[in-house]
Amino acid sequence: MKSEASVLYDVPGPRAKRLDVILNWVFTGVFLAVAAWVIVAWYDRGIFDDRWQILWDPPKGQTAGDVWSSLFTGVLNTLKAAAVAAPIAVVFGATVAIIRRGARRRVLSGSSAVVTELARGLPVLMLMFLAKLFFGWSPLWSVVFGLVVYNAAVVAEILRAGLAALPAGQREAGLSIGLSPMRTTLLIELPQAVRIMLPALISQMVVLLKDTALGYIVSYNELLRVIKTNRDYFGDRYLIPLFLVGAAMFIIINLTISRLAIWIEGRMRRSKHVASKDDGSEAMHEGGAESARYSANTGYGTGGTPGP
Amino acid sequence: MVTFIEEFGAVWGGFLGTLSLTVMAGVLSLVGGTLLAVMRVSPVGPLRTFGTLYVEIVRNTPLTLMFFFWVFVAPSVGLLFPDLGFWPAVTALSIYTSAFVCEALRSGVNSVGIGQAEAARSIGLTFRQSLMQVVLPQAWRTAIPPLISVLIALTKNTSVAAGFAYVELVTVQRTLMTSNPTDGLWIFFGIALMYLVITIPLGVLAGQVEKKVAFAR
Repeated sequence: MKSEASVLYDVPGPRAKRLDVILNWVFTGVFLAVAAWVIVAWYDRGIFDDRWQILWDPPKGQTAGDVWSSLFTGVLNTLKAAAVAAPIAVVFGATVAIIRRGARRRVLSGSSAVVTELARGLPVLMLMFLAKLFFGWSPLWSVVFGLVVYNAAVVAEILRAGLAALPAGQREAGLSIGLSPMRTTLLIELPQAVRIMLPALISQMVVLLKDTALGYIVSYNELLRVIKTNRDYFGDRYLIPLFLVGAAMFIIINLTISRLAIWIEGRMRRSKHVASKDDGSEAMHEGGAESARYSANTGYGTGGTPGP
Repeated sequence: MVTFIEEFGAVWGGFLGTLSLTVMAGVLSLVGGTLLAVMRVSPVGPLRTFGTLYVEIVRNTPLTLMFFFWVFVAPSVGLLFPDLGFWPAVTALSIYTSAFVCEALRSGVNSVGIGQAEAARSIGLTFRQSLMQVVLPQAWRTAIPPLISVLIALTKNTSVAAGFAYVELVTVQRTLMTSNPTDGLWIFFGIALMYLVITIPLGVLAGQVEKKVAFAR
């Protein structure tokens, strides 16, 4: 941590440094004490008894292979819903963003604006229930429907922010060499917008993956539902080990993709394939892509936070 | 259309359910998020580590998993709630949203240029004065629009409680759609309208605040 360069406090002198060392020890002690207390409390409740055997020697005549293969089926179903929904959402989102930017007719760009505003302003679960109960779709396709509608709208907003961040000269140059507005958007602006917004797009895919867990509620057989099924079969006392394994799987998968987004953002900053503003500053300031994603996610029309 | 009007009592009940969940979890996560943000920018190492770990883990955990924990797992380690629906939902939502509130506040603090603090010190303001009169007012301005975004997201996220024995708008949507399959689309748009009643004013507020506090750096 760059605690030296904080706006909140001065560079520590000798006295502050001594205090720092003391506070470090005190708080480390407090955290260790709390952790120890939790573990002792759990031990007293018998959490570290033979219930963990479900992970290698489960009861009721099942083998460890049965438990683990059911868990991996759950992970695969989670990934399947995300893998089906993500490309469709990106394609729809890009189409809407292109229409909003490049269409000459007001009706087209206006109506796509209304659709995105509505779709990202609603809970994903509502959309999933619409597909399940009104269209009568299977759980998998209900999940995919909810994810696609919502994330397509968010992707459209992200790309819109990316297009808006480009220097105006790019569009003017395209139009002045005789390209139509649509071709200017497609050939000149969109490739650059995708580039600056790639980190935001990837972390939106983490959100999509996280939202597949909503499939639990519309009885899609994903990881959480599998854990529940195992718990109903083996009994409540086996829930804790199963839950911890499942939670670890979710968090590891999501953390990996989040890290990927951060790594790509670093690479993007060093590459030179996006036109910079007239004053030489970058089209998107550091962290700007992420804050644009943030406002795209929550459904109000204004841009991200003001940049430096 | 007819069903939505006939059953408006149920819809109103769901609306109040959503609203009370949003308000309660919103207040708690504003408090929790502020505490976390203080930890994350504090000079004390272990507090920073705790804050960072909390935010990293919570942001990468699905909210449904969080609900699942408080509804099914927590009771089996002896954490019991006075009721089945409301308080587990408030707990899950508050723990989840706190991480996002913390990030919004922290990004506000980070957006204040270091030169501001240096200027404040060089004209002789004390630590307290530079914090209260120079740094925090600017940080606060930058943090408000994303904070409102977080509250809008929270409003939508309360819908997850529908899967865990709490009556709110999506629960009502599910009940009405199951009993009146032909009227489904009207029910859907009716419920959507009820969400917009909460989120649109927040969005407008965000836009207003952003216009008002926009300033050149």
